[in-house]
Amino acid sequence: MNPDVAYLIRLGDTALVAGQRLAEWCGHGPILEEDIALTNISLDLIGQARMLLDEAGKREGQGRTEDTLAFHRDVFDFYNLQITEQPNGDFGCTIAKIFFLSSFQFVQYKALLESEDEFLKAFAAKSLKEVQYHVKHARDWVVRLGDGTEESHTRMQAGIDQMWPFTGEFFGDDDQVEETLSAAGVAPLNASLEAEWMNIVDTVLAEATLTKPDSARHFKGGKSGTHTEHLGYLIAEMQFLPRAYPDATW
Amino acid sequence: MVNTPDEIWTLLRKVSDPEIPVLNVVEMGIVRDVRPLQDGWEVDITPTYSGCPAMDTIEADIKQAFRTAKIPVEVKTVLAPAWTTDWITDEAKQKLESVGIAPPVGSSLDKRTLLGAEVTVRCPLCKSEDTRKVSQFGSTACKALYQCNTCQEPFDYFKCL
Repeated sequence: MNPDVAYLIRLGDTALVAGQRLAEWCGHGPILEEDIALTNISLDLIGQARMLLDEAGKREGQGRTEDTLAFHRDVFDFYNLQITEQPNGDFGCTIAKIFFLSSFQFVQYKALLESEDEFLKAFAAKSLKEVQYHVKHARDWVVRLGDGTEESHTRMQAGIDQMWPFTGEFFGDDDQVEETLSAAGVAPLNASLEAEWMNIVDTVLAEATLTKPDSARHFKGGKSGTHTEHLGYLIAEMQFLPRAYPDATW
Repeated sequence: MVNTPDEIWTLLRKVSDPEIPVLNVVEMGIVRDVRPLQDGWEVDITPTYSGCPAMDTIEADIKQAFRTAKIPVEVKTVLAPAWTTDWITDEAKQKLESVGIAPPVGSSLDKRTLLGAEVTVRCPLCKSEDTRKVSQFGSTACKALYQCNTCQEPFDYFKCL
């Protein structure tokens, strides 16, 4: 697989799985406004995934579309970051996940504004605007819950602690794909994005009176198809209809 | 029969935005360009938000309008330059306010708002600037929920993008 196709699929799968997982909140949000907010974020992510997977399929040139890529691949052919497939947990845990992931997407898409690849550049300009709202929304909740009651503080801290081990994968897993694209000026090395991400995290956690965990950030491998047990269940649900009725159309 | 670009734009102005029917797709800045083809026209549209569910409907509505006018059309989705609320015309902003939707304030987001700063949004009903954000995300991807502290009116705010 060409590095640019692999890269598009990685970004696309991360957005797709994050969006699908977040959609589970539909009808279950703690308040109506939050239900709407979480599903709006989900919708943005699925929209981003559609653009990325559509482009990946076209470049690959083997007839795969956004739908074939989303619905007709099995779990080890997904290349999303592992944080996205983790269960939602409680609201604090979900917010921690959105906060970490969208802050990463924010710095990543910002770097892609400089891409030599016209599609990635256009995609980044479009999606960065949405991701800014995701960061802002999650950040507001991290501060509100962290600097809230004893109960909300405890649970927000627990969410941060639970998601933290998955954040190392954002930066520590550059391989031939990123190296090739970075040399060509198409995409950044993810390792180069860590300082800015950490700066956002430090600022917000301090304001929220939360503690940055010192535990290891050891989970990795999602980008090459290694996943936790949770992804299979998510994919089974997501793919049920097109697998059961292969000729179904929208 | 050969149509002029003006006629094509006029036709497009008759297609309303499915989620904000008071505006048409041209005023919204969704239609980016029109080009004559050998037979008919090609129309470029751009999504407001990546996941905007109205895009398919907008494409279908445009095709329907052209079909009714008996002009062959191809609709193409383009991503660059990315849609921005800055493209919503001033006239359209007034229309938004007249139907109770506060128009976008200023231009696209900056780093300050990312880390917590808020904009001042004027109540479309009583014009008070003493309003508060109820939720960053509203009835559609492009809106936030606000409430006026003066007249208590709850309203949609068209977010800057």
